[in-house]
Amino acid sequence: MSVVLELFLEFALLAFVAFGGATALLPEMHRVVVENHHWLDDTTFTHLYAIAQAAPGPNVLVVTLIGWKVAGLAGALAATLAMCLPMSVLIYLLIDRWESFSGKRWQKAISLGVAPLAVGLVFSGATLIARSADLGWAAWLLVAATVVANLRTKLHPLWFIAVGASLGLLGAV
Amino acid sequence: MTATGPQAPSRPDLRALFLGFSAVGLSGFGGVLPFARRMLVEQKRWMTPEEFNAQLGLCQFLPGPNVVNLAVVVGKRYQGALGAIVAPVGLLAGPLAIVLLLALLYDAYGSLPLAQGMLRGVAAVGCGLLFAMAWRMAMAIKDKALFLPFTMLTVAAIAWLRWPMPIVMIAGLILSGGAAYWKLGRK
Repeated sequence: MSVVLELFLEFALLAFVAFGGATALLPEMHRVVVENHHWLDDTTFTHLYAIAQAAPGPNVLVVTLIGWKVAGLAGALAATLAMCLPMSVLIYLLIDRWESFSGKRWQKAISLGVAPLAVGLVFSGATLIARSADLGWAAWLLVAATVVANLRTKLHPLWFIAVGASLGLLGAV
Repeated sequence: MTATGPQAPSRPDLRALFLGFSAVGLSGFGGVLPFARRMLVEQKRWMTPEEFNAQLGLCQFLPGPNVVNLAVVVGKRYQGALGAIVAPVGLLAGPLAIVLLLALLYDAYGSLPLAQGMLRGVAAVGCGLLFAMAWRMAMAIKDKALFLPFTMLTVAAIAWLRWPMPIVMIAGLILSGGAAYWKLGRK
């Protein structure tokens, strides 16, 4: 099986469990791409996440970058399409019927039930980036400062990214 | 109904859908949903706030990138199947081109120590932003005593045991969704 097709199938499967969007998928993409298939190494994976953070656009683009690094332009398009297509088709078919099941007990139960799982996925993604990036003590300080500043202030995330890039350039982290 | 009221809808054609969603895609960093709302409800008035919230419901209910789902819904609403293709393509085309340009730069210069240092710094910040996001999402959960244990189980299964996510999510949804179903029935 060609790598592009394999990538498409792996990511299309993930699209069905991507509660919380592409961000929630970071741990699983790492498991598939780095640990199972050895398509990328830890450092590259972290770098791609960093690039996606610094670029404009929806969060899903980290998937595009992973696809690119695994199999070039075809990989980028295949990964992005695999991530977006299954739910796009489903939502196209379901949207007119949404009114009839929105607010039902089972629908509310799924919405409520999925939220704590999404928190766990995003938290896992954070620990995974920390582990793959092999952070030193100075970098951990930066992580902690970012958490506090992001929760306490209304500063745009781009400021944090600029600070991180500058500190990195200076070799401080 | 006045011309300035929220009920003054203009029917966007394919070109307008493409350009409108392109602007949304290019304007946000780390999530563009707020920009989508601003464009749809406040600037172009293609939807009322109530319509937006109602349609967003399904987009957030289903997995996958919410804002892509939303583009499909809005595209379908105004231009049918073609609109449902054009709107998400508009949303993704610009950012996709930029990100691929960055990927080319990364291929060319990514191994330089300066670039490596910069990416390390951004990754550390990105990691902090993720922790903060998880914290905010956790605080938004109403019944923490009931639901946060499921968060911990998810972290244990995904981050520590490294179990495959589809299995973890199905099992987690049965347990956590079951708890929510039970809770809803008690009210």
